[in-house]
Amino acid sequence: MPETNGHDAPRVGFYVCHCGHNIAGIVDVAEVARFAGTLPNVIVARDYKYMCSDPGQELIITDIREHRLNRIVVASCSPLLHEHTFRVATEKGGLNPFYFQMVNIREDVSWVTENHDAATHKALDLVRAAVRRVAHHRSLATKHVRIHPDVLVVGAGISGIHAALTLANAGKKVTLVEREPTIGGHMAMFDKTFPTLDCAACILTPKMSAVKNHPNITLWSYSEVSEVSGYVGSYTVKVKRKPRFVSEELCVGCMECIDACVYKEGKTPDEFNQGLSKRKPVYIPFPQATPQVVLIDPDTCIEFKSGRCKKTCVEKCDRNAIDFKQKEEIKEIQVGTIILATGFKTFDPKRIPYYGYGKYPNVYSSLEVERLVNASGPTGGDLVLRDGRHPKTVGIIHCVGSRDRNTNRWCSRTCCMYSLKLAHLLKEHSEAEVYNFYIDIRAAGKAYEEFYDKLLEENIHFIRGRVAEVTDWSARPEEEGKMIIRVEDTLIGVVRRVPVDMVVLAVGMEPQADSQDVRRMFNISCSTEGFFLERHPKLAPVDTFTDGIFIAGACQGPKDIPDSVAQAGAAAAQALSLIDAGEVELEPNTAYVVEESCSGCKSCLNICPYTAITRDETRQKAFINEALCKGCGTCVATCPSGAIRQNLFEDEQIFSEIEGLLQEKESVLTGGGAWRAPA
Amino acid sequence: MASTGMKQGTNGWEPRIVAFFCNWCTYTAADLAGVSRLRHAPNARVIRVMCSGRLDPQFVLDAFARGADGVLVGGCHPGDCHYMEGNYKALRRVRLLQRMMKDMGIHEDRFRLEWISASEGEKVKTTINTMTERVRALGPLGLPERFAEWDEEMDGLAHAIAAQEEAVHA
Repeated sequence: MPETNGHDAPRVGFYVCHCGHNIAGIVDVAEVARFAGTLPNVIVARDYKYMCSDPGQELIITDIREHRLNRIVVASCSPLLHEHTFRVATEKGGLNPFYFQMVNIREDVSWVTENHDAATHKALDLVRAAVRRVAHHRSLATKHVRIHPDVLVVGAGISGIHAALTLANAGKKVTLVEREPTIGGHMAMFDKTFPTLDCAACILTPKMSAVKNHPNITLWSYSEVSEVSGYVGSYTVKVKRKPRFVSEELCVGCMECIDACVYKEGKTPDEFNQGLSKRKPVYIPFPQATPQVVLIDPDTCIEFKSGRCKKTCVEKCDRNAIDFKQKEEIKEIQVGTIILATGFKTFDPKRIPYYGYGKYPNVYSSLEVERLVNASGPTGGDLVLRDGRHPKTVGIIHCVGSRDRNTNRWCSRTCCMYSLKLAHLLKEHSEAEVYNFYIDIRAAGKAYEEFYDKLLEENIHFIRGRVAEVTDWSARPEEEGKMIIRVEDTLIGVVRRVPVDMVVLAVGMEPQADSQDVRRMFNISCSTEGFFLERHPKLAPVDTFTDGIFIAGACQGPKDIPDSVAQAGAAAAQALSLIDAGEVELEPNTAYVVEESCSGCKSCLNICPYTAITRDETRQKAFINEALCKGCGTCVATCPSGAIRQNLFEDEQIFSEIEGLLQEKESVLTGGGAWRAPA
Repeated sequence: MASTGMKQGTNGWEPRIVAFFCNWCTYTAADLAGVSRLRHAPNARVIRVMCSGRLDPQFVLDAFARGADGVLVGGCHPGDCHYMEGNYKALRRVRLLQRMMKDMGIHEDRFRLEWISASEGEKVKTTINTMTERVRALGPLGLPERFAEWDEEMDGLAHAIAAQEEAVHA
């Protein structure tokens, strides 16, 4: 890599991108190029349709060689998108890649400015700043860090399971952490899956046992990540393993302790069955739960509450697996990459009181109905209502907690299709008349529209309109004892009252209740809705802004099983590509100490959150450990002597940017300003 | 305060705001504002830093000295800093600097710190819009012109003193 031309007088190549009409539609790019050409040090100034294209990059490479350029400035989109692209082009031209500076005139100018003149003016200021800044750039070497080959996957729904298996099959060691006592997530609760109607358990449980049996996967269920530190390639993670009060090593899942429990009947609402059945204090979430290990709920177990239980469960267990003294354990692991697949929570329909959930017993959430029609569910698949009746008419209300200004504005993407599926299943189980109340049917997906077509032929009714209310106030004899769904049928323009025996609320998908805590722990961002934020909505959908941390499944936004699995595979592939590369390049934006200026005052020592700064006691100077420094620059701003500097964000680079931004005319104010920092 | 060199009135004058945005939250939010096409006042010029903790008070003073009418600092919300606590450091510095600038006669509305997370594109828009309006209401700060004026005054005084001394010696 040539290190030479950095010390020569700056010869700047300037390029402004049209980005089709994205930039050129608002910003006068020809004027920007013309203006740049008048700035000091600028040798070449061009505008081009798409700078990120191969010919665009080739322009830079050829110009560097032909015009002996030693600095490059590109005015185009956000550096978060294409800084890397142009650094590579700069390097291909024979320069150190850090002799490049980018100007954001798309996200920061053309896309947010209405007025053409104002936009062009803003662009010119930004260009002037960048051209000034780039003169102060220096040649830097990228840092490389090794990638620990092990991976942490958080959340063991279908996304986490698929990601873990993909990585494990590639020979990587995976720790899979799941909060619940069993893996499987929401998918394990579903009855059948659209549009193929294959049973969820039949396709999921083989993958669940594959996870359990895979030599490369360490499965920690009933566990939560409690602390994360480190950086890409080298994360230290603490995992809290909650006590099951049953030894995972000893229990074989015979479930005899459950039968032996002094409670003859369950008294606690069963979480897995959405409270539609009761469980005992000693229980297993569902028959195919993985791991096949029972657990004891200390809140309801008599031994825990009074200490005077007969402990028939202990007597019954011939493997002595039950251990009332089991304590929470904290495990620490080292990994290089992390995949978050923490899933979603369903919308709480109590938030829409006029749909009567929690008021009328026969109003169900869709997840409850999944359990109700399931052969291994609380009723063995018999569609019997809370009041013991079998429904003759069912109304399914779509978009509950979705596409609604009062609750959530987003479309949950899955409800149309699962409502169609439930309509089919309810019809199949009960021969009931089924009404769907929908806003639009969104059946975009392979074989989804065809599934909708099929349902239209199954004599299922579709009424287009957002339901106003579910009420038990009957106005006609045939409405007696029923719930009445009041809705405007927008296709025929009349308000209808549809009496039904059962109401199903197609609840939407929301971020997990603790998604904000989780994102803080992993140092990633959330979108406005609270779903985890991807690095780029199209081009980096499973990456986050924190290197080495990937997201998959519904924690990133509502999605169905095929999309979740696809994303999980993508996240696994991204982790693999890091691991197999063996090391990763880090931005060389670390801080360093100019020893001559350091007075050894120690102001910087406590400022650094990574304890990267120490004081060399013999020399009485501060010393920065480059491996620990993450490049925030806080110490740089703290140092009273200006002795700490930051690569890529040097004082004179930022001062020259300020100067460039504010310098309307070239002649005004050259040289040091009133409060110019000591160089 | 009389100011000869300053652009007078509001005719054709537009506030110039220098904005320091942290890479992880506020700069990303500004990108989101762009992607969401949230049009806002074109008066802010963004300088990207990795963390609001990098904000050297001299950057702010330099910006004002060079003709900025306002300075905006955007960082991650408390507890959300990508570097754990750089935003707290920024907060302390900004508070101190705000006090100092008040003493220097720079109105507090000209210097603003705002926490804007990566998802708050809307907040970028409203912050820039409201700040632009407030600064517009305050009018130009025009420090470079005032400096020039003061320099001129000083030169005048120096000349007068020199002339006096010459007269005494003569």
